[in-house]
Amino acid sequence: MSRKLTIEPVTRVEGHGKVTIRLDDRGKVAQARFHVVEFRGFERFVQGRPYWEIPVLVQRLCGICPVSHHLAGAKAMDIIVGVPPEKLPPTADKLRRLMHYGQMLQSHALHFFHLASPDLLFGFDADPAVRNIIGVAKTHKEIAVKGVLMRKFGQEIIKATAGKKIHGTGAIPGGVNKSLSPEERDFFLKSPAPFNIDTMIDWAQEAIQLFKKLHAENRAVLDSFAHFPSNHLSLVRKDGALDFYHGVLRAVDAEGRKILNDVDYRDYLDYIGEEVRNYSYMKFPYLKKLGKEKGWYRVGPIARLNTCDFIPSPRAQKEFEEYKAYTGGKPNNMTLHSHWARLIEALHAAEVIKELLNDKDITGDNLVKKGKKKHEGVGLVEAPRGTLFHHYRINDDDQVTMANLIVSTTNNNQAYNEAVRLVAEEYISEKPEITEGMLNRVEVAIRAYDPCLSCATHALGQMPLEVELYDSEGHLVDRKRK
Amino acid sequence: MPDKIKFTVDGKECQAEAGMTIYEAAKANGIYIPVLCHFEGLKPVGSCRICSVRVNGRWMAACTQPVTPGMVIENASPEVEEYRKAIIEMLFVEGNHFCPACEKSGNCELQALAYRYQILVPQFPYLFPKKDIEAFPKFLLEHNRCVQCQRCIRAIQTPDGKKVFAMKNRSGRVRINVDRKLAARLSDEEAQKAMDICPVGAILRKEVGFRIPIGRRKYDRRPIGSDIEEKK
Repeated sequence: MSRKLTIEPVTRVEGHGKVTIRLDDRGKVAQARFHVVEFRGFERFVQGRPYWEIPVLVQRLCGICPVSHHLAGAKAMDIIVGVPPEKLPPTADKLRRLMHYGQMLQSHALHFFHLASPDLLFGFDADPAVRNIIGVAKTHKEIAVKGVLMRKFGQEIIKATAGKKIHGTGAIPGGVNKSLSPEERDFFLKSPAPFNIDTMIDWAQEAIQLFKKLHAENRAVLDSFAHFPSNHLSLVRKDGALDFYHGVLRAVDAEGRKILNDVDYRDYLDYIGEEVRNYSYMKFPYLKKLGKEKGWYRVGPIARLNTCDFIPSPRAQKEFEEYKAYTGGKPNNMTLHSHWARLIEALHAAEVIKELLNDKDITGDNLVKKGKKKHEGVGLVEAPRGTLFHHYRINDDDQVTMANLIVSTTNNNQAYNEAVRLVAEEYISEKPEITEGMLNRVEVAIRAYDPCLSCATHALGQMPLEVELYDSEGHLVDRKRK
Repeated sequence: MPDKIKFTVDGKECQAEAGMTIYEAAKANGIYIPVLCHFEGLKPVGSCRICSVRVNGRWMAACTQPVTPGMVIENASPEVEEYRKAIIEMLFVEGNHFCPACEKSGNCELQALAYRYQILVPQFPYLFPKKDIEAFPKFLLEHNRCVQCQRCIRAIQTPDGKKVFAMKNRSGRVRINVDRKLAARLSDEEAQKAMDICPVGAILRKEVGFRIPIGRRKYDRRPIGSDIEEKK
C-alpha cells in the first residue's frame, strides 16, 4: 500500500508551508516535496505606485526582516534617481549598513535562540510541549535571556536608524532621512552592561561556543543530517570579503570552484533563471549557466561562508578560520552547520555595528544625493536568510510599471526539497509508524535554512502541525495533529 | 472696544469677539473642535461636517456658524463625538487609505483624527472603490486618498487668480479635477504648498517622499488638537 504523508503547516518557521512525502508499497520514500501554499501578489500591486514609496511599501512583505526589503528596494531606487549605491554619501551608506547589520544581529539571534535552539538543546525527539522557547526559558534561563536581549539590541539599532523597530522609513531613494545623534550613538556604545555593543559581541561569541559544545556532543548527527552537495550563491565585497549590504555576485560549486566570478548583480537576469512548478507558489531559481537540473543553489549563512574569502572583522574571522578548517577549506555542505555559520555572522554583525558606531560619519548631515533619473533599477542585499533581488521599472510619471522580486527563501527552494527528501529517506523510509519526532526531523531540516515563506510568496500566522496518511487510492487512513 | 459675546461650551462659560465662528471662538477659549475641510486663512465651506456641534439642540457646522450671545454649545458630549467618529469612519471606508505605505502618515489629519477617536475597525463595510493616480509635472494626485475637502481648490491659484483645482461630477462620483495647463505652471514651492494644505496624502509632491523621519512628523509627539487644548 503506498501512502502519502503531509506535514502541514511546518512550524517554527516564518509563514505557511507544508511537506508531502509519498511512500511506495514497501514504505520507501518515492517522492518528498516542500510546498509553499500562499500567494501574496506584491509584484502586481506595487504597479502604479510612485517609486519613492517602494522601500516603505515592499518591506511590508515581512515583519521579521523588513529591513532587507527596505534596503533592497532603496538600492534599486538609488539607481533610478541616478545615484548608484557606491556613490551614496558616506553617512547615508554607513547608516544603511548600521540598520542592516542591526537587523542581521536581531534576526540571527531570533532564529538561533527562539526557533532552532529548542531542537538542539532538547533533542529532535523531545516532548514538543518542552521543545520550544518557553521550555528553553525554563531550563536554560541564561541562554533565553541572552537571545531576547541580543534581538532587542538589534531592534533598537533599527529603530535608531529607521524610526521604528519594524517597518520604518530610514532609507529613501539616494540616501537616508536621518543620521544618528551623538546621544543615540552613545546609548549603544556606553550603556551599562549588558545593553551595550561590547556585551553583544561577547554574547555572540558565547553562542558560537554553545553551538560548538552541542556539536562536540552530537557530532555524527549534526554533520550527517541533510548533508548534500550543492552550488552556493551570495554577494561578496569586491575583494572577496563577507558583505551583507553591497558588492558583487559570486557562485561556487560543492567543491568550491567558481561558477559566477564576481559579476555585477544588476545583470542578474543574464545569470539567474526562474522555473515554475505546479505544486508550489514558490518559484525555483537556477543558474542559467548550469541549466534547470544542475543549476540550483543554496543561499544564506552557509552559502555566504562558502563563497567569501574572509570576514573583515577580527573575532569573526578567527571563528571563520576554525569553521573552514573543519571542512579542509572546501565548501561546507552540512545543513545543520548553517547554525554555526549563522552565529559567526551574528558575531561579525555585532563587530561591524561597533565599528560603524565609532565612525564619525555616522552622525554626519550629508544624507541625500540626486543624479540623472533612470527608468530601471536593480537592488540586491544579503538578507539574513540569503540573497535578495529587487528589480523595478518606472514610467515617465514616476510610477512603477514592473517589479520582480527573488527572495532568499525562493533561492533556497530546491535546497529545501533536497533536505526534506534526504531526511525522509533516512528517518521515515520503511518505518510504518509515524512519530512526532520523525516529522520534527523534517522540520528541523527546513528550519535550518530559516525560511521566510511570507516573503517567498511575495503570509503570516501561527501554524499547527497536521499529518495525514493516505492509502494508494488516495483515501485518508490516519491523521495526527498537534 | 465692543463687549465680548458670552456663550457656553459643554457648560463652560466662554467669551469671544463678535464675528468669530464657533470654531474660532472655542479655540480662543482653549477648546478643540475637530476640523478637516477647514484650514486657517481659507474661507470655510463646511463640507466635511466633522466640526458639527449642537447649538441650543440643533446641529451646526462650527467652522461656518458665527457665534452669537447666549449660545449653548454641545461639543464633547457622547452623542456629538459618536457622530463625528461615524463621519471619520465613512471617510476611511469610501476611499482606499493604506496608511502603512503612505508618505503623509504621521502628518495626515485624517489619520490623526482616527487616532484621537481611537478608531480601530470602522463600523461600516469597506467599499474598496476603484480609483486611480493622476500624474502632473510637479505632483501626483492620489484619488484613492482624497476626501474632497476642497482645501486645494481654495488655496492653490496662479498669480493671476486662476484656480488650478476644481470639483468634477456630483454626489458619490464627485472628484477633484486639475487644470493640466495651469498645473504645469506650478513652481516647486506651490506644489509643496498644495501637498501641505492637503489634510491627507492625496497630493504628493514628486521625488521627495519620506524625507521627514519618524519621530519628527507633526503628530508623532502631540495628538491633533493638543496645541489648542494646552492653551487652556
